Amino acid sequence: MRVVVVLRLVPDLTEELEIDESGTDIDREWIGIKLNEFDDHALEEAVLLKEGAGATVTALALDGEGVDRMLQSAIARGADAAVKVEHGLEHVPDQRTAAAILAGAIRELGADLILTGVQTPEDVFGQLAPFLAAHLDMPTVNAVGGVSADGEAAVDVRQEYSGGMSAILGVTLPAVLGIQTASQPPRYVSGSKLRQAMSAEIRTITGADAGSATGAEITGLQEPERGDGAIMFGGDAEAVAGKIVDVLNERGLLGG
Amino acid sequence: MVKVLVYIEAQGGQVTGTSLELIAAAQSLGGTVEALVLDADPASLAGQVKGADTILTMADAALSPYLPEAHGKALAAVVAERAPDLVLVAYSSTGLDLGPTLAVKANRPLVSYCTKLTIEDGAIVADSQAYGGKLTASSRAPLPAVVAITPGSYREEDVADRAGATESIAAPAGLSDLRTRFKSAQAPDPDAIDITQCDKLLCVGRGIGDADSIDLAREVAAKIGAEIAGSRPVIDAGWLPKERQVGKSGNKVKPRLYIAVGVSGAPEHLEGMGSAELIIAVNSDAKAPIFDHAHFGTTVDLFDLLPALSERLGGG
Repeated sequence: MRVVVVLRLVPDLTEELEIDESGTDIDREWIGIKLNEFDDHALEEAVLLKEGAGATVTALALDGEGVDRMLQSAIARGADAAVKVEHGLEHVPDQRTAAAILAGAIRELGADLILTGVQTPEDVFGQLAPFLAAHLDMPTVNAVGGVSADGEAAVDVRQEYSGGMSAILGVTLPAVLGIQTASQPPRYVSGSKLRQAMSAEIRTITGADAGSATGAEITGLQEPERGDGAIMFGGDAEAVAGKIVDVLNERGLLGG
Repeated sequence: MVKVLVYIEAQGGQVTGTSLELIAAAQSLGGTVEALVLDADPASLAGQVKGADTILTMADAALSPYLPEAHGKALAAVVAERAPDLVLVAYSSTGLDLGPTLAVKANRPLVSYCTKLTIEDGAIVADSQAYGGKLTASSRAPLPAVVAITPGSYREEDVADRAGATESIAAPAGLSDLRTRFKSAQAPDPDAIDITQCDKLLCVGRGIGDADSIDLAREVAAKIGAEIAGSRPVIDAGWLPKERQVGKSGNKVKPRLYIAVGVSGAPEHLEGMGSAELIIAVNSDAKAPIFDHAHFGTTVDLFDLLPALSERLGGG
């Protein structure tokens, strides 16, 4: 089974986000970037499939700043090969445009199963996995919480719904899955393994000029309208603890 | 006049509240509202739909239980035939399957995570949550379009009754030739704790750092008679079992007391706990969205606060 896992770098949301001069994007010059959390789970699921069912795993990404390092880390995590797609776009494209470019690369690589994260913090115009599936004419399942091989030509997929409900769906390959949670938490990789992978070769594919098919545009980015907000307790930990206990007492939430 | 098609979602034989919120959103645009019910036997679900001018039903054995591929094909066929100006789906597992697929198949723009929607001069003008709820993205897209609405953005109570003639439509070809199959449904373990029934919850988020540190929160929880819950990152890391998850992919809870510790308050988390009676939030990031929804908050370091709280609460 040939598994391709698509990885993306996204802004680190633990950092302060600033809006750039255009007012329609975040200032990307200084913001830290990290592997999209759900892609991290997709990579883990791909490597679990390799370990459990003998799949080969190719990590795939659109070229950009930090991408080599991300792909090499994927090799350290257990991917067999890494491929980046040159695209000539100045900015990080939205997921719909990305899907059009990546679909061409996936056809060139050949894949039985394509995994990526179910969403990113900035995919306002739609999510990559179903876009890829539509371009490649493959079935898709999203919000997936675990994949297992069912022979060579199918997988069993757990789709998660709200309220802790889920369903097992059998999917004939090839297919595209939007991963929410891997069957096991993503593994840690040792520093020495990471250093080893820093010399791993990254293949480059030239992407077809897909043009933008998004049809929508961001007209402004702003801080959300604030509600009334919380009454904030200041002071040191002891003082704040005292105030919280007072609130709990006033509301009759302690004892009895 | 704008024509809006609402995709109705069902869970356990019930139309979801989120679907009725979509109807409220559709009505707010001032046009006609068509609700689409896809099921093996859609009559019961159709009977639960309110506020639509027309309830479109499609009956086919392949349409239940839910399969992304079957519903995707059916929805695409209906949209091709009825040519609505706007299609609304929920930002849910189902909406994640169907929205982008339809957008590509029907060559329409898609706007996701929408919390506010209007129509101006033949275009949708939308606000969407972005960056974990830290920013709002305003966007514009020409009709016809597809929009995925964030649950909780509109109110089911605002749906005005409408006559709602039912019209059945034929299933498209291809529903018997699917590459996905339903195998089994999984409900939460009945023996596991049901946090939706708990009066008090102490929820730990990513900020708790590691599994061992949850003991600090457990100590406090025990003293106030609360159960421990976790946000998605904590559950995904394996630090707490799935049945203790609060949020979109976990449980929707409404306790009398909800203490959120190290939880940033992403929209997916707020969806699961926003209506708790009393919310107290602890997060070192003063800009964390959780503070907009909490009643009381503090930016004191949780590793200082939890021991201080435990001490203040005494031997209890």
